[in-house]
Amino acid sequence: MKLTKIATAIGAIAALCAAPLAQAWEPTKPVEFVVPAGTGGGADQMARFIQGIVTKHKLMKQPIVVVNKSGGAGAEGFLEVKGSAGNPHKIIITLSNLFTTPLATAVPFNWRDLTPVAMLALDEFVLWVNAESPHKTAKDYVAAIKMGADNKFKMAGTGAKQEDQIITVLIEKAAGKKITYVPFKGGGDVAVQLVGKHVDSTVNNPIEAEAHWRSGKLRALCVMDGAPLPYKNKVTATQSWADIPTCKSAGIDAEYLMLRGIFMTPGATPDQVAYYVDLFKKLRELPEWKEFMEKGAFNQTFMAGKEYADWVARAEAQHVALMKSAGFLAK
Amino acid sequence: MDELNSLMQGFAVAMTLPNLGFMLLGLLLGILIGVLPGLGGANGVAILLPLTFSMNPTSAIIMLSCIYWGALFGGAITSILFNIPGEPWSVATTFDGFPLAQQGRAAEALTAAFTSSFVGAFFAVLAITFLAPLLAKFALQFGPPEFFAVQMLTFCSFIGMSKDPPMKTLAAMMLGFALAAVGMDTVTGQLRMTYGFTEMLKGFDFLIAVIGLFGIGEILLTMEEGLAFKGKSAKINFRIVWQTWKELIQYWRTFIRSTLIGCWMGITPGGATPASFMGYGMARRAARDKESFGKGNVEGVVAPETAAHAAGTSALLPMLTLGIPGSPTAAVLLGGLLIWGLQPGPLLFVEQKDFVWGLIASMYLGNLVGLFVVLTTVPWWAAILRIPFPVIAPVIIVICAIGAYTVHSSIFDVIMMLVFGVLGYLFKKLRYPMAPLVLALVLGDMAESSFRQSMLLSQGAVNIFYSNWLVGSLMALSVFLLLLPTWGALKNLLRRREARAYLR
Repeated sequence: MKLTKIATAIGAIAALCAAPLAQAWEPTKPVEFVVPAGTGGGADQMARFIQGIVTKHKLMKQPIVVVNKSGGAGAEGFLEVKGSAGNPHKIIITLSNLFTTPLATAVPFNWRDLTPVAMLALDEFVLWVNAESPHKTAKDYVAAIKMGADNKFKMAGTGAKQEDQIITVLIEKAAGKKITYVPFKGGGDVAVQLVGKHVDSTVNNPIEAEAHWRSGKLRALCVMDGAPLPYKNKVTATQSWADIPTCKSAGIDAEYLMLRGIFMTPGATPDQVAYYVDLFKKLRELPEWKEFMEKGAFNQTFMAGKEYADWVARAEAQHVALMKSAGFLAK
Repeated sequence: MDELNSLMQGFAVAMTLPNLGFMLLGLLLGILIGVLPGLGGANGVAILLPLTFSMNPTSAIIMLSCIYWGALFGGAITSILFNIPGEPWSVATTFDGFPLAQQGRAAEALTAAFTSSFVGAFFAVLAITFLAPLLAKFALQFGPPEFFAVQMLTFCSFIGMSKDPPMKTLAAMMLGFALAAVGMDTVTGQLRMTYGFTEMLKGFDFLIAVIGLFGIGEILLTMEEGLAFKGKSAKINFRIVWQTWKELIQYWRTFIRSTLIGCWMGITPGGATPASFMGYGMARRAARDKESFGKGNVEGVVAPETAAHAAGTSALLPMLTLGIPGSPTAAVLLGGLLIWGLQPGPLLFVEQKDFVWGLIASMYLGNLVGLFVVLTTVPWWAAILRIPFPVIAPVIIVICAIGAYTVHSSIFDVIMMLVFGVLGYLFKKLRYPMAPLVLALVLGDMAESSFRQSMLLSQGAVNIFYSNWLVGSLMALSVFLLLLPTWGALKNLLRRREARAYLR
């Protein structure tokens, strides 16, 4: 009797000790932070920003190293993480190319190959025209496309068969006319092409076009989210991000958000995932992060665990449907 | 004279003791980064960027931009000494720099390279100081057809006058275009010529090709020819610096021409690499003794270096005023600006006066200090050539391998570098020119996307290339440059025919 009591006691103590021990996984080597895009873009900026404030606030004992693997529209980075099964010292930040690249190129990877960690934020898309353009509202803009011939309107965007071109297809549907889509390498180039009036419109992310908007060179027509943005501080003399109407309210049925989420290598254990989720939760509480979110007018939804995986599954289904109807799927 | 006032205030910001310290630190790091092929200014700045987040933004950008200047200076060193371009824009420097080193004139070539870098950068900073608002507007005129016209101009200024057999030049160039086409096609989003190999997804990086073709190729060749560096008899003392300076004055035309080309290419933003090729090509066209180019002509070092630095420096202007990076390094700096809470764009000059003018003042100081630092080290760099080849060759190969690895942190790239090395050796043995291959590899990709973007914009109508004065005059100039040698040949042919007719 006594013996079993002691045994249960030991068992209980062991269980008590084991629980925090299992929880307390932490990196023992420098963590590689893969960016499946080039230097200077939105994902890269966010990754380097995270690297900077994690280092500054000493949120991690090991250093964090940002590595750009942009080859094949990001396929290089995703394949690298997919191929590093069981290595908990490698995480990747996503763009929409998590879905679009395998669908458009048939390169063999899928988000299910990776271990979802957390959604950090969602990047918004805004329909922009030059400030001197005659189109004052999204309604004017769509009406003008409707009036004109096919391919008369020119839209610049980042990459081919990726988020910007998908949104262009959504606008085409609303207008019932074809739009000429011209792909460029980076969002910064795209915004400048619009300022220089070489194209008629863009769907830049807020952070890519903010400076030009603030200096009065661009006009924001509508935002591709379900509700107007929450940021009420004036950016231009008269407008804040919150003043931009939704595209839906203007009759463009385009709701599109880009995932800025974190994934890990295949086969990561729950405590390894928990470590990173906890890290990003701490990160989100920092004032620098909040400032960064407001500057880029991000949608600050945070998700982890099953909720996150379900969201990604839904987003994937949405991309399959959109790309199928646009004819962007690889044959 | 508003600019002068602001500039003086900027100097006050940049001249504080800690900022001068950061400047020196940045320069030394930059030179080191420039010397290591593959590491490159962009990677170097990216690696150090997070360290600066807790610094004051002005000090941080001064340090990071000094890394950039340092890398621009340092890139020339290995190109001249070992025929290994440390940076893409020093490829053109190898054409005459390396032959000079082989003739024992390494110190002279280094001095010429460093001085030209300084001159190019200095005048570009002057342009930034006084013409910033004007130049920024000009950059907006550039859409896809204009970019294509500039790339066409680079090609045309470089080819058409080669002394190599035209068919060999063409073959090398076509190979370059083919290699440039591997990977993702940006216009259709499809993979091309990857044949199902995931390693091929990212295509052939220019840097890896260059490190292999030039660096490894040269080592293979030297091994065959007897395991010794030519040019180890280099004269090494400080007097060389003065003597070279005296000689350099006669190249004032080249300095002016290359500075103009460089500023133009940096602002538009075409980049430092095309600028260096164009600078070299134009200098060779304008020179009386075209034959001496490629065999060790100091002017062939001056022209590309001046242009590359004028471009590298003025590339910061579109970054600051428009938020478009004129070079990969500028792109990383741009990310830094955003993280420090500074939004680049037209308002930066108004909202962040201290920062902008502090940076501009640091460009003047950084280049001056940089020139001083590199010139004092000329004898040491030249002395490296005295190290016996069997000792230094393995070191170079290791540095090349590290360089190739750092580009994408991939072992496959190191293997590719070795393959390119063998290719480089074969090219030299079979007397195929490598410059057209390299030019096609670096510009092919850009030219292709600009051309196809233009075609999309115009719905397939070629008249987009003469639809306004800017693109029209650029295209006319390139066609003129392309036809110039043909015209010469035609004239010769006609004259010969006439002579024959006369004899009859």
